[in-house]
Amino acid sequence: MAQGQARVPGLHVHEADPAADQAALERLGLWCLRRYSPLVALDPPDGLWLDATGVGHLFGDDRAMLEDLVLRLARSGIAARCAMAGTPGAAHGLARHGYQRITLADRQIHEALGVLPIEALRLPDEMVRSLRKLGFEQVGELCRTSRAALALRFGALLGERLDQMFGRLAEPLTPLAPPELVRVERAFVEPIGTAESLEHQLDLLVAALCTRLAARALGVRRLDLLCRRVDARTEAVRIGTGTPSQDPRHLLRLLALRLDGIDPGFGIERLALVATLVEPVRPQQTSSLVRDRQQEIVGLVDTLANRLGASRLYRTVPVESDLPERAVSRVAALAPPQAPTQAAGWPAILPRPARLLASPEPVDTLALLPDHPPSQFVWRGIRRQVVRADGPERVFGEWWRQDTERHSVRDYFQVEDQAGERFWLFRSGDGMDPASGPMRWYLHGLFA
Amino acid sequence: MVFRPEEAEGPVRAEEMRPPLSARAQTVAKLRARIRQMERDERPPPAVLPFGVAALDQWLPERGLRLGALHEVAGGSGDAVYGAAAALFVAGILARLEGPVLWCLTYPDLFAPALAGAGLHPDRVIYAEAGDETAVLQVMEEGLRHGGLAGVVGETGRLPMTASRRLQLAAEATGGLGLVLRRWRHAGAAEQFAQPSAAVSRWRIATLPSAPLPVTGVGRARWRVELLRCRGAEPGFWDLEACDAQGRLAVPAELVDRPVAAAAGQRRAAAG
Repeated sequence: MAQGQARVPGLHVHEADPAADQAALERLGLWCLRRYSPLVALDPPDGLWLDATGVGHLFGDDRAMLEDLVLRLARSGIAARCAMAGTPGAAHGLARHGYQRITLADRQIHEALGVLPIEALRLPDEMVRSLRKLGFEQVGELCRTSRAALALRFGALLGERLDQMFGRLAEPLTPLAPPELVRVERAFVEPIGTAESLEHQLDLLVAALCTRLAARALGVRRLDLLCRRVDARTEAVRIGTGTPSQDPRHLLRLLALRLDGIDPGFGIERLALVATLVEPVRPQQTSSLVRDRQQEIVGLVDTLANRLGASRLYRTVPVESDLPERAVSRVAALAPPQAPTQAAGWPAILPRPARLLASPEPVDTLALLPDHPPSQFVWRGIRRQVVRADGPERVFGEWWRQDTERHSVRDYFQVEDQAGERFWLFRSGDGMDPASGPMRWYLHGLFA
Repeated sequence: MVFRPEEAEGPVRAEEMRPPLSARAQTVAKLRARIRQMERDERPPPAVLPFGVAALDQWLPERGLRLGALHEVAGGSGDAVYGAAAALFVAGILARLEGPVLWCLTYPDLFAPALAGAGLHPDRVIYAEAGDETAVLQVMEEGLRHGGLAGVVGETGRLPMTASRRLQLAAEATGGLGLVLRRWRHAGAAEQFAQPSAAVSRWRIATLPSAPLPVTGVGRARWRVELLRCRGAEPGFWDLEACDAQGRLAVPAELVDRPVAAAAGQRRAAAG
């Protein structure tokens, strides 16, 4: 050390602190967990494994993801090398001993692995030294040597590591659990299989989960039930809630609705409840004088959302747009109300139809240009005489959205036929300028 | 000594002189008593939402639309397929109630600004897009059983007897208002509307030509509100002006101006 300090003036010397290193690695792992992959495992002392299955496309492709990762780490002062391969063992070796900073495994992966030094195999230093003494330099040389002789000399570990690298032996990763993950588990001496016992155990699990959640003032937004079966398969059920919940009765009801989707097979030996998405809940003051309508239907909304899918249960809110198909937007059913007291937000004086067709349907009309309503029109094979009409209501294209809308104009008319049925027709184009539209007539909605 | 039962048990009352009832007869008697009790209906009279149109409200046995019950609404001739007038009629009813509304549909062509125009604020309506008509009925039932809603609307063509019975029971249990908006894929299928269901009332809303205005333009829409079936009331129809911004129907002005306005509505109704 004295020699080093003599050569490099101003050299800082730190004591090695493996515990702090480990903690830092975990922090880095959690960051990766939130940003890159749902499954991150530690590879101490200096590595991380990311399960990149189905993740790469979120960044464009696999290489783009790795480049993004290396770049972000470099910005925070970490010189990282990474590799993507089919097995954790191969990725470990390629990242540390590959030629490039970023290695993507391709068809020649076996050759690439074969020329790695034997240190890439995650063997104890002692074993590496003895192997070197015997003249082994590369992984490929070990592969070509008789396995029995190696096992006799070095034990089973060497063969195991080789198999793990080449994917002949599965290597389970221990995923890093984020600290906010609330997980409760029950393992059974005898596997359970009947619906009653499953419900009973679920009862206990949910109660335990809710106690833990309550202690941390958290509520569940997404809950996974994992049933580990005797034959090592896992049956999973996921439920979601509209508002963070720590009410055992509510969660149990939602789970019970989905229980028939679970096939117990020969029996379930382990049940786990994992709150994969939690949000803080603030205690709320309840009053028996004021009815909170929203609170009353939380249970119903969750039940229906789990049955139909959350996207199919919605409320609508006004959007400031003159184009009718853009004037409405969907929000979650339990989203906070937009305007509890004031008017709905759509201009009340403009007529709007009760039914709006998904896309305007062209109709054949007889109409005078430039700004007369049609005197008759044919829609879906029925000819209708227009008795009364109101309009036009001119709607301009929203040029800030699309270039093609720069000049487009729609003239909306509300027309009534002999029977009193009312329709919402529009002419695309202002009747004068061909640039504003092709002067075709469309039916867009039905009034009452 | 001779055993004399009347001495042993004291004076005999009139009831005991009847022959003893067999176990079966006793059960029947008990059941009869229960049925009597149920028929007496000791519950308070059902909650009612008046339409605010005197002719219509007086016609109905409870002077308005019964809450805690199931009602059916469909559009007239062409509107049987689109249900635009029927949807506004339903929205007008719900606008005058308080609380959230669950609107179950299979095809989302309902235009929220129009509902807002009938007084039903968008914050109050939760839409549930069910995959098919069976799912619509299931979601409706779930909503009615849960309670806490002003009303549950379901757009469906099919309404089997069993399903309607379930919905009616669920509505009775929680006091919610169930409205089935019948809508069919083509006008021919609308004859299904004649089949019986357990709904308390059945309405048809047909459009009428609106009153001519002194200037060009269209005025307030007019509907023929037809009561096709209702427990405790004759069928009838009324020509009314469509819902306003608060969801209220109204008697057309030329009828109001006449001195015998209310009677006119009644007579027309009787004719139908």
